[in-house]
Amino acid sequence: MDWKPVALSTAPLDQSWYEASARARLAGLLDADTFEEFIGPAQRMMSPHLPLFELPRAFDDGMIVGRGRLDGRDVLVAAQEGRFMGGAFGEIHGAKLVGLLRAALAVKPAALLILFDTGGVRLQEANAGETAIAEIMRAIAVTRAAGIPVIGLIGGRAGCYGGGGLIAGTCAHLVISEGGRLSVSGPEVIETNRGAEEFDSRDRALVWRTMGGKHRRLIGAADAFVDDTIGAFRAAALAAIPTAPTFDLASLEAEQARLEARLARFGDAQDATEIWGRLGVNDPAAVPGLTTEAFDTLLDSLPERPHHAR
Amino acid sequence: MEKLSFRHATRTALPGTRASAITGVVASGNLEVLLERNLAPDACHVEIDTAINGYGEVWAAVVADFVARRQPGGLTITINDGGARPDTVSLRLAQGARLMEAP
Amino acid sequence: MDWHQERTAREARLERARPHADGKIVPAARVVDLLEAILQPGDRVCLEGDNQKQADCLARGLSACDPSRVHDLHMVQSGIVLPEHLDIFEQGIARRLDYSYSGPQGGRIARMLYGGQIELGAVHTYLELFARYFVDLTPNVALIAGVSADRDGNLYTGPNTEDTPTVVEATAFKNGVVVAQVNEVVDRVPRVDIPGDRIDFVVEADRPFYVEPLFTRDPAAVTETQILMAMMAIKGIYAEYGIRRLNHGIGFGTAAIELLLPTYAERLGLKGRIATHWALNPHPSLIPAIESGWVKQIHCFGSEVGMDRYIRARPDVFFTGSDGSLRSNRAFCQTAGLYACDLFIGSTLQIDLQGHSSTVTTNRVAGFGGAPNMGSDPHGRRHPSDTWMKAGREAGGTGDPALRRGRKLVVQLVETFGDKLVPTFVERLDALELARKLDLELAPVMVYADDVTHIVTEEGIANLLLCRTLDEREQAIRGVAGYTDVGRGRDHAEVERLRARGVIRRPEDLGIEPLDADRSLLAARSIKDLVHWSGGLYEPPAKFRNW
Repeated sequence: MDWKPVALSTAPLDQSWYEASARARLAGLLDADTFEEFIGPAQRMMSPHLPLFELPRAFDDGMIVGRGRLDGRDVLVAAQEGRFMGGAFGEIHGAKLVGLLRAALAVKPAALLILFDTGGVRLQEANAGETAIAEIMRAIAVTRAAGIPVIGLIGGRAGCYGGGGLIAGTCAHLVISEGGRLSVSGPEVIETNRGAEEFDSRDRALVWRTMGGKHRRLIGAADAFVDDTIGAFRAAALAAIPTAPTFDLASLEAEQARLEARLARFGDAQDATEIWGRLGVNDPAAVPGLTTEAFDTLLDSLPERPHHAR
Repeated sequence: MEKLSFRHATRTALPGTRASAITGVVASGNLEVLLERNLAPDACHVEIDTAINGYGEVWAAVVADFVARRQPGGLTITINDGGARPDTVSLRLAQGARLMEAP
Repeated sequence: MDWHQERTAREARLERARPHADGKIVPAARVVDLLEAILQPGDRVCLEGDNQKQADCLARGLSACDPSRVHDLHMVQSGIVLPEHLDIFEQGIARRLDYSYSGPQGGRIARMLYGGQIELGAVHTYLELFARYFVDLTPNVALIAGVSADRDGNLYTGPNTEDTPTVVEATAFKNGVVVAQVNEVVDRVPRVDIPGDRIDFVVEADRPFYVEPLFTRDPAAVTETQILMAMMAIKGIYAEYGIRRLNHGIGFGTAAIELLLPTYAERLGLKGRIATHWALNPHPSLIPAIESGWVKQIHCFGSEVGMDRYIRARPDVFFTGSDGSLRSNRAFCQTAGLYACDLFIGSTLQIDLQGHSSTVTTNRVAGFGGAPNMGSDPHGRRHPSDTWMKAGREAGGTGDPALRRGRKLVVQLVETFGDKLVPTFVERLDALELARKLDLELAPVMVYADDVTHIVTEEGIANLLLCRTLDEREQAIRGVAGYTDVGRGRDHAEVERLRARGVIRRPEDLGIEPLDADRSLLAARSIKDLVHWSGGLYEPPAKFRNW
């Protein structure tokens, strides 16, 4: 395994994205003191459903939305708090993101950033949550069609699962770290439905090599792989804005073709390492241990560029 | 779920100018604390929504110690609690007070 | 007079077993035949169940024996860890039990004790059980585990040497039979941990023996409260007494201390002055301190999963064999912790008003392991150290100072509430209720009150050495018991008097701001950070990875 000295820095940009709260991520991601929250905690816009289940609510329902500046450019931002109910989508949580996306059409920001940290839809308000997922995907399509890049950042404790994984699939650009995981069905869901022989959710190395950042980057589902620091996510978000792909029929058809090709080529693989081998990685077993620098070098050395298909 | 409410008089107002602040997250064993400067300088109200019933006396003691130590006059403090231990509550209250004391 | 009855009996056992072996080598498929041939009803048997390493192939074999042929065994082993360790009692194969530790089986052992399925001798500390192996609990048969053996029975235990040398010593030199399971039979073992003439049979196991990564604490789970307590322990105890030789219990509190050495303690200028010599398992959370040059040497009870390559690369720090791998030894390390360390710091589930502590609850009997040895003041100690003498002076006393012994520091590092808001401080230990229900003469107390010198909680440090009366002691404990019933029942005026005398010290008395207790102080915040600190030498098991 590659290794690097552990930084004992206390500088805000060096702090772990994975560990930070949604609010701390936003504060570090944006230019200092530029974040302005919409529907903040003081407005107490909380879930109307959770009290029925004797469950505690959060003032922001686990979704923080607002505007700020990224290197001087106006952006809209949404951040999920993965520790509150696993960052799951409920009625208010989802509605805040839908509203933000719709506001983008009027505000015309340089980009709209979604800081994913979610296990999917909140069980206790599933209908509202599922509806929100659909509304968000539609709103992203409309926002992107209007020329506003929607960029997803994935590196939180809850990963990006369920409806969150679907939403991520509609973004123009995804940035992911090693700690981030991106998938629709989570490890426990697969194990429950198909048995531990199919997928042992406690085998964390298996979870990460199947759903983790490096795998998603290698097969093209994510567009950038970054270190787990707030500074690295900030730099990647900045770099993504000018390069985000357009959203039109041609780009959608091309993506569909790439997805079909990917399925045909890798559909029979038994393990992620097999896919990496077919992509030309000489030592697939070494991939999980690579540093970001070594992993980027590996990506550059592969015979083909990543697919950029979700 | 249990709702608790405490009203305290303080000798002084909490210094600082911030109108509101939030700290913590609602999660198992954790809580969020919202502090708002909207009362008379010698009053402090604490409203709690807790996931665990039957700890009213402990909450009363934790809040009374916090008020005595930090003198958070002028604040309404609202708490959503996911079952935090008293030491975590004390820590979050202190963190919140420090945020509000920022100039 | 026949002075050779035991030896004759041993020869008869070996004779019965020989048809199942090729020389000393026995295939895994013949284990049951072998054991049925060797064992006799009523035998005292040590089925090696250590803190970490388990003779699991032999355990499965024993549990598959015919209870009409093998029954009423008296099990004398330190760890009750595998389900088979208790299955044999339900099956009638075993009847009586003397043991030390039963962590994962603590709930089931309690139910079986209540149900009368186990005839309990005693729950021991490790050294105590080892001692009895040589006096009145000498095994007739030892079933042990190692990594490899040659055809002559020379055994390589691997880094997890643990109890094996002690068990073999007691059995082989007192006419007993020793059966070793190994992961593989080889032409030449990497090093000889047990000479072949002490091993009668070698079973080539169907799969490598089971080892649990018991000593790995994920830094990601260390809380701000634990960091605050670690800061207090470092500044208020380690620095104050200049503690260089020490043992840490398992737990997130002690892991936090280990992770604060290269950061917080370094800023306090304590490097080289504290925490240099250790009796400790190879805790992954100590890697940053080792890499930062804090640690001179470490002797280990056992090993830890994933630490082998790292240990091999740091022979100046660890005890290693000629082959390069770790040599651990539970009996020696327990002795080191008892006599050569000036401080033990660990955690517990319950502390009462006098300071007695226990990890027993009415539905779990976890046993003791080594903590009572580490966490006791050894009256056989005769060498002074500044730490030991300072603690002795604080404890007071009368007469000629040259006749006053020092004191070992025994520190309980506990949060006032445990999981699910269960209070750590109680008026009466659950252990007393358990003793009543099981009709035990002795309540299972982990550390007795008269051995405890300090209690550290998030509220402060109580120095019990400075207490002069039982009432002072009770108020000192109440004074750090936070918002538990015990804590709220304090006499506020008395607690303030104790604070003025330095018996109780709050974070602010130590110059510590609780709001500074932040995870950014940890030298490693994840298992992955530990891997990076180790230069890629630490190989954590899959369950601790998130990459």
